[in-house]
Amino acid sequence: MNHARRYWVGGIAIVASVVVFLVPFAFIILMSMKDRKQASLRNFDLPVNWQLWDNLVAVVQTRDYMLVTAFINSTILTVASVTLLVIFGAMVGFVLQRRPSRWSGIANFFVLAGLIIPPAVVPTIWVLQGINLFKTMHGMILIEVAYGLSFSVLLFRAFIASVPRELDEAAIIDGAGPLRLFFSVILPLLRPVVITVIVVQSVAIFNDFTNPLYYLPGKENVTVQLTLYNFQSQFSTQFNLLFMNILLITIPPLLVYIFFNRQIVAGMTAGAVKG
Amino acid sequence: MSVAIEASAAPRPAPDNLRRVKSAYPTWFFLPAAIIYGVLFLFPTIASLFFSLTRWTLFEAQFIGLDNFAQFFREPFLVKGLVNTLIYGFVTSGLKVVLGTLLALLLTSDIIGRGYLRAVVFFPTLVSTIGVGITFTVMMHPTNGIINEAISLFGIKGPGWLTDPRFALLSVALVDVWKGVGLATLIYIAGIVSIPRDYFEASKIDGASAWQNFWEITLPLLKPATITVVTLSLIGGLRSFDLIWAMTRGGPGFTSDVIASVIYKQYQAGFYGLSTAGNVVLFVMVAIIIVPISVFLNRREVEE
Amino acid sequence: MTFLTSRRTLIATVAALSLLAGTGYAQAQVTLSYLIDDNPTNLATAEALKAAFEAENPDIKIDIETRPGGGEGDNIVKTRLATGEMTDVFRYNAGSLFQALNAPQTMMDLTDEPFQANVIDSFKPVVTATDGRVYGVPEEASMGGGILYNKKIYAELGLSVPKSWADFMANNEKVKAAGKVPVIQTFGDTWTSQLFVLADYYNVQAAVPTFAADYTAGKAKYATTPAAMAGFQYGEDVFKAGYLNEDFAAAVFDDGLRMVATGEGAHYPMLTFAIGGISQNYPENLQDVGFFAIPGPDASSNGLTVWMPAAVYISKTTQHPEEAKKFVSFIASTKGCDARTSANGATGPYLIKGCELPADVPAAVADLLPYFQTEGGTAPALEFLSPIKGPALEQITVEVGSGIRPAAEAAALYDEDVKKQAMQLGLPGWN
Repeated sequence: MNHARRYWVGGIAIVASVVVFLVPFAFIILMSMKDRKQASLRNFDLPVNWQLWDNLVAVVQTRDYMLVTAFINSTILTVASVTLLVIFGAMVGFVLQRRPSRWSGIANFFVLAGLIIPPAVVPTIWVLQGINLFKTMHGMILIEVAYGLSFSVLLFRAFIASVPRELDEAAIIDGAGPLRLFFSVILPLLRPVVITVIVVQSVAIFNDFTNPLYYLPGKENVTVQLTLYNFQSQFSTQFNLLFMNILLITIPPLLVYIFFNRQIVAGMTAGAVKG
Repeated sequence: MSVAIEASAAPRPAPDNLRRVKSAYPTWFFLPAAIIYGVLFLFPTIASLFFSLTRWTLFEAQFIGLDNFAQFFREPFLVKGLVNTLIYGFVTSGLKVVLGTLLALLLTSDIIGRGYLRAVVFFPTLVSTIGVGITFTVMMHPTNGIINEAISLFGIKGPGWLTDPRFALLSVALVDVWKGVGLATLIYIAGIVSIPRDYFEASKIDGASAWQNFWEITLPLLKPATITVVTLSLIGGLRSFDLIWAMTRGGPGFTSDVIASVIYKQYQAGFYGLSTAGNVVLFVMVAIIIVPISVFLNRREVEE
Repeated sequence: MTFLTSRRTLIATVAALSLLAGTGYAQAQVTLSYLIDDNPTNLATAEALKAAFEAENPDIKIDIETRPGGGEGDNIVKTRLATGEMTDVFRYNAGSLFQALNAPQTMMDLTDEPFQANVIDSFKPVVTATDGRVYGVPEEASMGGGILYNKKIYAELGLSVPKSWADFMANNEKVKAAGKVPVIQTFGDTWTSQLFVLADYYNVQAAVPTFAADYTAGKAKYATTPAAMAGFQYGEDVFKAGYLNEDFAAAVFDDGLRMVATGEGAHYPMLTFAIGGISQNYPENLQDVGFFAIPGPDASSNGLTVWMPAAVYISKTTQHPEEAKKFVSFIASTKGCDARTSANGATGPYLIKGCELPADVPAAVADLLPYFQTEGGTAPALEFLSPIKGPALEQITVEVGSGIRPAAEAAALYDEDVKKQAMQLGLPGWN
């Protein structure tokens, strides 16, 4: 490609990307810094009074620091579910890939079923109630694990295929049992795909709206997506605060993105293209 | 696919080693995952088959046969919801395939600002759906929204993106594509990068044009990526709820309702049996569409 | 090491916190959770009630929890009651929405509580379940459903309050000719679209006195009762005549209040509780807003459709029944009314004995009161006469009011929706 073209194609793409992708984010940031009156106009002007800090304090203080509770809850939910997803998903993917048996057909079927079938919401509430887990964080964590397992198993199974069997055999000859083989030999080798699973699932769970809406009602259990949804009607005349809230809950994914950018791209595409 | 082949091609362990090797991969490793999946996903799904045949208050379920399904298919807006679900699923995944391919070609070619462009296209994938929904709802406001204000600078009156029954569903679908095209692009980029350079070298010697290269080499070899993108975005699109709910709640009226939002509204109204029946309908519909498509796509791949 | 330091910090923090909270723990404090919807007016009321109640009962703390309004909120209330996860005390609609809650299994029976003596008898039927027991007390003032109008526009154009639908449309024509918006609609909040249908019930009842009973029994239908169809027709008429604000499809409740208060538009079909919102957000325009009932076909029979206020209930699963009753009893007293008036001003007559309205009520409330003082000047809305209200009405009225669906078809569709609800409730005569 010649030099001139390199510049003008890139230039056009950059301009287009600014209009299509950056304007919405700039809009969020501008709105979150305006005062109430100016924000109600919902236009693209620069703020007259810069109220970033005031808006931040106002949103955080709303309804007895509900947003703080929400961030704590979302963090617990995300960390716990992702941990379980990594361990249990890797265990299944490992055995599934290494030892084809009559179970693996069934397991593969359930993995696909888990990807395709929309969860049956009301019966799930009914089951959760029956085992006293409805409206609890434990229940919510297990729900996220149940719904996320299929995708994790797929990623792990695909990756484990590239781990040479000789390593297992060496460990077995050294007298390692299945637990030691898995936790001290295999799991460390899965680092790239573990990071992928962590990133993909934590973003999905942190951003999950539908499931907490159904399974985790109650003020003390609120998650960040639910606060946004609740504030939508409460802040119907205070767009500055609404957008400040959006801005705040966009920061964690942004951090994940900045730190794990390369792994996301490598891992996600490897898993997706192979699987 | 490749997984199965590798596994069977692996050297068989000697018979006396067999038991030890076998026990190194114990079946109970499935157990923790199986319990969680079984109790919280599989069992409710099976139970839903029963509850969909009842009038249900969570306290008591009264068996009413297929009445719920009859009712569900009598709902005048359900037919609309079915059609909308198909439109939404196919429009979003079609656009993701086309735009994803084009963006991937652009972002693998030699242009300035490539790293920045990849980052900015992918980032919306990570952002909260509800946040995106609210932001675009405000920007698409018919009289106050910045989109229509920008359009009016050219002397054109913008449409009611979310309030005109003709556009509401498509507007939400466009936002869905905006948010999801990054993942499709990423998958295509990986596909393009993995095409061996030699192919292009060889075709250069044959005197092929860039256009021929694209049609003869790039596109056929991107098939695995396309299968992934189509399957993922169809499953997501047919089940889609968050974004539609955040932006239009199925409105105006029932004009942008999809099956998932109809189910949610029945649930909201306390018609638990009816809502569960809707769930079964959605499940059957997704299966009917996804299974043949993935079988078809995968078989053609094997034949080649 | 890090573990030690962090643990030490933790202990120090806990100690500091418990010192701060120390005074509170000294007494055996009970916290009651109280669920309301997140409408700012209702939140203001709840906070006023909380402050007044806590001042009187320092050992009881009220913890306000909010939920979305509309269908979403109905769902939350239903699910939480059905699963035994309800707050101690909660606020919810009376009438047909209450009937859908299965009160005998989920709420505390308040029939024999002494504070019921303060409640005006006409309210009790709308919080009485199928078992004949009373489950709630009124939390706010009664409301009228009708049309809020801008008095300045009326004065400018020399209009008078319409007594018939034809008069109303004639007024609209003049407002339009003067370049203002005749009718404000705010379909961004779908619930606001139902007023032409629901608030027309006085006129329905005037034409067909047995409608409520026949409708409950499955004999009378909207689509086949011309008087009941009229409400749907009104929605279609104002749309077809081009009387609506340009952004009617996206505007929300608060936009509607602003437009009618500041004179951007002349008429806003609404419930009178909205006056509280105007006095909070647009106090300088409060006296510019008047109110009249939805005019029917006949100028000689003009009256108001009345909404019973929302009630407070106690959930059966509460851990603190005595404290909860204390709070409910406080709400059903003159002190409760006073707290409410101090938060939002007067919005209509109270249903608690001894509660007086202040002398200087807003103009729209002054317009409302005469209907109550006239013999036969009011009729309850249908949802207080029949347990059945179809859940999809708000979507259907949005479609009619946006020209998506003709009125006749919409009425028939609503009849289907009603049928579904009746069957879920297991009412006789609907199979």
